[in-house]
Amino acid sequence: MGTRRILMCPPDYYGIEYEINPWMSRSRQADPEAARRQWESLFDLLQGRLGLRISLLAPMKGLPDLVFTANAGLVRRGTFIPSHFRHPERRGESPVFRGWFEEEGYEIRSLPRNLYFEGEGDVLRVGGDLFAGYRIRSDIRTHAGVGEILEERVLSLELTDPRFYHLDTCFCPLAEDAAAYYPPAFDPYARRVIEAHVPRRVEVSPEEAMRFACNAVVAERKAVINTGCENLKTTLRGMGYEVWETDLSEFIKAGGAAKCLVLFLD
Amino acid sequence: MGSFTKVIELRGHIIDSLTFPKVLDEILDHGAEYETEEIAIGKTRRDASYARIRVTAPSEEILTRVLGHVRRLGAEPVEEEEVRLAPATGDGFFPEGFYATTNLPTRVKHGGRWLQVEDVCMDSGIRVLPREGRALCVKMSQVRAGDPIIVGHDGVKVDPLRKDPLRRGFFEFMSSTVSPEKSKGLLIQEIAREMRDVKAQGKGKILWVVGPALVHTGARDSFCRIIDAGYVDVVFSGNGMAAHDIEASLYGTSLGVSLTAGKILPRGHEHHLRAINFIRSLGGIARAVESGHLSSGILYSLIRREIPFVLAGSIRDDGPLPEAITDTLEAQRRMRDLCRGVSMAVMIATMLHAIATGNLLPAAVRTVCVDINTEMVTKLADRGTHQSLGLVTDAELFLRELAGKLGG
Repeated sequence: MGTRRILMCPPDYYGIEYEINPWMSRSRQADPEAARRQWESLFDLLQGRLGLRISLLAPMKGLPDLVFTANAGLVRRGTFIPSHFRHPERRGESPVFRGWFEEEGYEIRSLPRNLYFEGEGDVLRVGGDLFAGYRIRSDIRTHAGVGEILEERVLSLELTDPRFYHLDTCFCPLAEDAAAYYPPAFDPYARRVIEAHVPRRVEVSPEEAMRFACNAVVAERKAVINTGCENLKTTLRGMGYEVWETDLSEFIKAGGAAKCLVLFLD
Repeated sequence: MGSFTKVIELRGHIIDSLTFPKVLDEILDHGAEYETEEIAIGKTRRDASYARIRVTAPSEEILTRVLGHVRRLGAEPVEEEEVRLAPATGDGFFPEGFYATTNLPTRVKHGGRWLQVEDVCMDSGIRVLPREGRALCVKMSQVRAGDPIIVGHDGVKVDPLRKDPLRRGFFEFMSSTVSPEKSKGLLIQEIAREMRDVKAQGKGKILWVVGPALVHTGARDSFCRIIDAGYVDVVFSGNGMAAHDIEASLYGTSLGVSLTAGKILPRGHEHHLRAINFIRSLGGIARAVESGHLSSGILYSLIRREIPFVLAGSIRDDGPLPEAITDTLEAQRRMRDLCRGVSMAVMIATMLHAIATGNLLPAAVRTVCVDINTEMVTKLADRGTHQSLGLVTDAELFLRELAGKLGG
């Protein structure tokens, strides 16, 4: 596997302008300078340490959450499945993301317009399967369409805790057969599906789940996670991973951390 | 009975994701029932699966609640079409394109509700009574101008008979096997057990369809014992069986052959004619019983016990006996009326009456066909009755054995 490509968007216009998840509060604003520094540290680690090739999307005024590129859609082998955001506040991002992928020559495959789908925020790969979260943001009825377009098995997982509203806030693929996850964020059926299809599982503690431990960026045997996730860091190192911590507290104010700021392009 | 029901569809990797069992659990948890109408499981791990599930709830409110819950799990309600009705344009015939029935339980969607079709029998049409919210199976001859009749197949649902895996009964086990090689004693024992079961549990009526061979083979006494033991609720037959039964009572012969000596008696071939003539002169079989002129035999037993019977006439009949119904449509109508509530039917040594009856019975009725001729039994077993058992054997041997087992 060669160098992996990702898409990021600088936080020029990032801020808490609305409240669409339990983390967001307009009375607890992000500090633009601190956010800039945190984003740049993450960028440097991803490029310098994880060796990822980073494409940048131009930020746009009025679209504070455009930094969370994971929600642009889902990319696989030159095909882009655009998101259809549940909250109207984020729908303005869709034409911007779509324009970038069209420009880059991706084949655009849309899902039915009446169904919500929030891209890589809710669909992650472990080995040969796509794991897909639903109920809080994405609609389960998009899963059959994703499976059809990408010709892959899509295992649907019901999310039950509004604080863990996207799959990437409570589930983190680590290897072909391994993932870290926070079990209480899933319903009992979803937990059984994970147990049945992910042979090696790392359970994240409630404290670290709340620090977005599952929102790590993992590539090969390297990972970048938010600060304060000591247990997961130790476990990963025990499994042979190189781990870097970086403070992403400004983005947690909007309900996102490392993985939310990244979209894999291959 | 109006049930609150809706069909939902589910697609995707619903087996591996446990979405399918989850939807079923949700349905049950909210107090509704499900029936999986179709399930197609993907052949490889990449293939999606598909399920069509019928949800039935005790109330509209529960149904709405269940549908709301399962919808969030990806189960979409399927819009079901209503039946199309066309008025009959004249008496005695259906409108063009009428829906032709099977003998299986059938439901039709009308006025937003599913109606169970009443008196279902094969090769008929369905008349809807919109104001009463009922749907009835009607024969062609019963149609009257202006009757609203179902046309086309939209909104009609036929329910295949389900075999209850928990009730591994004899009929389920034997399903449609016709074999001269089977142990007759064992089969007859099971039939007797089934009959006792029907009676003990008040499951319905036992109908007997019998031909004149019953008399020729000397099985009258055994059959009378079964009548006396209470296992005969309705009898369908023809002029022939009745004529020979009465001949046997009056002359001790059947078609002139002595039932005790087995020989043809002089001028014996005239006996059945004389018997018919005598009964006609008395004004009918019932009159003959009343006046004491007929004091034994099958017809005598039926009349004494007030067990309803239909003697359906035909062209070749001698006489006929006054009770024989020569208007075939009238005979058919009477037979249909008497088929209501029948849960088991035994057809012995009669092809035409057995076929006619088979066409009137719903598929759920358990049917036993007994004939000396294998082809005959197969022909009857193949006529769409779903729980039928064929026995290739002599009528007399069968009835003697059965009467013994029933303790009659």
